[in-house]
Amino acid sequence: MFKILEAGLLADKICRIVVEAPNVAHACEPGQFLIVRTDEKSERIALTICDYDRKAGTVTIVIQAIGASTSRIAELKAGDSFADVVGPLGQPSDFIREDPEEVRKRKYLFVAGGLGTAPVYPQVKWLKEHGVEVDVIIGTKSHSTLIMEQEMTEAVGEEHLFITTDDGSYKRHGMVTAVIEDLVRNEGRKYDVCVAIGPMIMMKFVCKLTKELELPTIVSMNPIMVDGTGMCGACRLVVDGEVRFACVDGPGFDGFKVDFDGAMKRMALYKTEEGRKLLEYQEGASHKGNCGAC
Amino acid sequence: MPEIDMMKKVPVREQDPKERAKNFDEVCLGYNEEEAKQEASRCLNCKNPLCVSGCPVSINIPAFIQEIKNGDYKKASEIIAEASALPAVCGRVCPQESQCEGKCVRGIKGEPVSIGKLERFTADWARENGIRPQVSAEKKNKKVAVIGSGPAGLTCAGDLAKMGYDVTIYEALHKAGGVLVYGIPEFRLPKDGVVEPEIENVRALGVTIKTDYIIGKSETIDELMEDEGFEAVFIGSGAGLPMFMKIPGEQALGVYSANEFLTRNNLMKAYLDDYDTPVNRGKKTVVVGGGNVAMDAARTALRLGSEVHVVYRRSEKELPARAEEVHHAKEEGILFDLLTNPVEILSDENGWVKGIRVIRMELGEPDESGRRRPVEVPGSEYEIECDTVIMALGTSPNPLISSTTKGLEINKRRCIVADEENGKTSREGVFAGGDAVTGAATVILAMGAGKAAAKGIDEYLSNR
Repeated sequence: MFKILEAGLLADKICRIVVEAPNVAHACEPGQFLIVRTDEKSERIALTICDYDRKAGTVTIVIQAIGASTSRIAELKAGDSFADVVGPLGQPSDFIREDPEEVRKRKYLFVAGGLGTAPVYPQVKWLKEHGVEVDVIIGTKSHSTLIMEQEMTEAVGEEHLFITTDDGSYKRHGMVTAVIEDLVRNEGRKYDVCVAIGPMIMMKFVCKLTKELELPTIVSMNPIMVDGTGMCGACRLVVDGEVRFACVDGPGFDGFKVDFDGAMKRMALYKTEEGRKLLEYQEGASHKGNCGAC
Repeated sequence: MPEIDMMKKVPVREQDPKERAKNFDEVCLGYNEEEAKQEASRCLNCKNPLCVSGCPVSINIPAFIQEIKNGDYKKASEIIAEASALPAVCGRVCPQESQCEGKCVRGIKGEPVSIGKLERFTADWARENGIRPQVSAEKKNKKVAVIGSGPAGLTCAGDLAKMGYDVTIYEALHKAGGVLVYGIPEFRLPKDGVVEPEIENVRALGVTIKTDYIIGKSETIDELMEDEGFEAVFIGSGAGLPMFMKIPGEQALGVYSANEFLTRNNLMKAYLDDYDTPVNRGKKTVVVGGGNVAMDAARTALRLGSEVHVVYRRSEKELPARAEEVHHAKEEGILFDLLTNPVEILSDENGWVKGIRVIRMELGEPDESGRRRPVEVPGSEYEIECDTVIMALGTSPNPLISSTTKGLEINKRRCIVADEENGKTSREGVFAGGDAVTGAATVILAMGAGKAAAKGIDEYLSNR
């Protein structure tokens, strides 16, 4: 069992959990993910690692309650436990293994969409700790869905953080792509690498724009996974015409080479079945999801 | 005892095909005492028992069968336990027809002795009567790490523990057992009833099993040896990434690898309503491939309520699956579209599979595997309507360990290079066996490799 030390809501249906997982904390690097399972009957859920403390042996994860298993996770409190936490999985961000001198010569632009703010955070934190220049754009639906503003401000400084909301309820109004255009085209800021993490549709449009801007872009893919160790092939996607596995080859890929349309279609795979399980969970045995009434 | 035809096996009771096609309960019900004794009486107790030479772990087959004849099932189970840590598993999933039973002298004129069913009977009797393996005599105070808790790892760990080594198994998944829990379905190998107790027996020998622990990620082999004091490591990490055909449409919704489909059902129990992991229940499923994994996927899809076609590019004779599995699949109503090969997967406007375009094949000259090579019949393409496609084409090795272990040699197919005799790899103190070395094979071959490596590790550590 893996003990939960802290648990709390960051926004509606988005919660942050700090869990004891020394085997993960000991080895994980920014860009990697882990898999949790709440109890015997839950799904294995892949989640990006949002922060880690090697000394304390803890990792921080951020989860949005979407299906039955994630809803159950969102209800956990400090003192509860996960049946399983396994990781770190996937490849760390490229810059971790590159020559620090080379990395320091670059300027990074991070684009975080919604929950994508969580996996962006450890990468930004690592780069800042290593003296690399970083700007961060966070895009979210509304002020109420914004997460980790304070942590990110502390990491990069207010003047390097650009927040935009779909409904204009906080800071800038509009899509992240508008902010990228503004920074690059209007303000003339220069970047060497863009890292975009968020909904696939956002990453697709960011890549469309950064390609025009000739700004190399890394995206982090979060397809459906089961084992997460390269056994099942559920997370396959097409990159540069080749079948790749997000769990062992990724999750970071060259955004210009990813087949987003194919990847987005695959995300729809369990919509119905997953939705059914959620209804069952919320409404109990009275709703089996096959009455057709909804 | 009623008269029996000595030329024929005592028939084993099975669930009715019509009934079992709708449930996940075990197909084969096994022998009872009377049937086992009758079958045991068919053994000629050969002076030079060829069956033993056909067994990858060299179980003393005539000896345990004699004990069944005598009614001393405990003794029978002890004889098997000397060679095998997983007899209830092997009695169920070994390809006996090409191993022990394939060599049985009885098989020359009639049917061979049903060695597999007798092994199963003995192992089940031992479990039901609380017989536990003997714990080792003297501790050697030497630590050995085993990576992977599948058949190779469990066997290697069990043998080493019996020799007195301090063994820790590292398992990446949340449950121990490897392919025995994620791959082979419940109706062929019950998890709680058969697999779990055999793993418990390995634990009872003193083996520690750490689940949720990924070697190559949480820790590397180098760290295990340098920081944690393990003097030898056995890699039994299994087969790896599923292969696809690289035909158009494979990314469509409703296309699974057999590994994914089986993992969802077996490990995650998607077929049970109260488990969260979903699986799409197709109306018509096409399984591509002809091995045991293809049969498992096909029969699982059938039990989820689908009509199932197995599409295989060679003829029935070349099907690599065990004869018993093919026979069971047919009885249950699975349709075989033989000498047929997919060329494209067709999908609807939402990206869901709506069919598969296939082409007829004919057999040409034998290829390097000795099997006649299938060649396309020009102009013979046609479509099979379906909503689910399961690709059961084998696997390619997982790079997790080979890419993180210094000095570990891999071959062209990216399998770990290891000596068949003793499991030695290019790296001192590191041994390997099972699918990680051979590519996808059988449970018993992996066990044989685990056994050989345990011997190799013992020799290595004794001479150090």
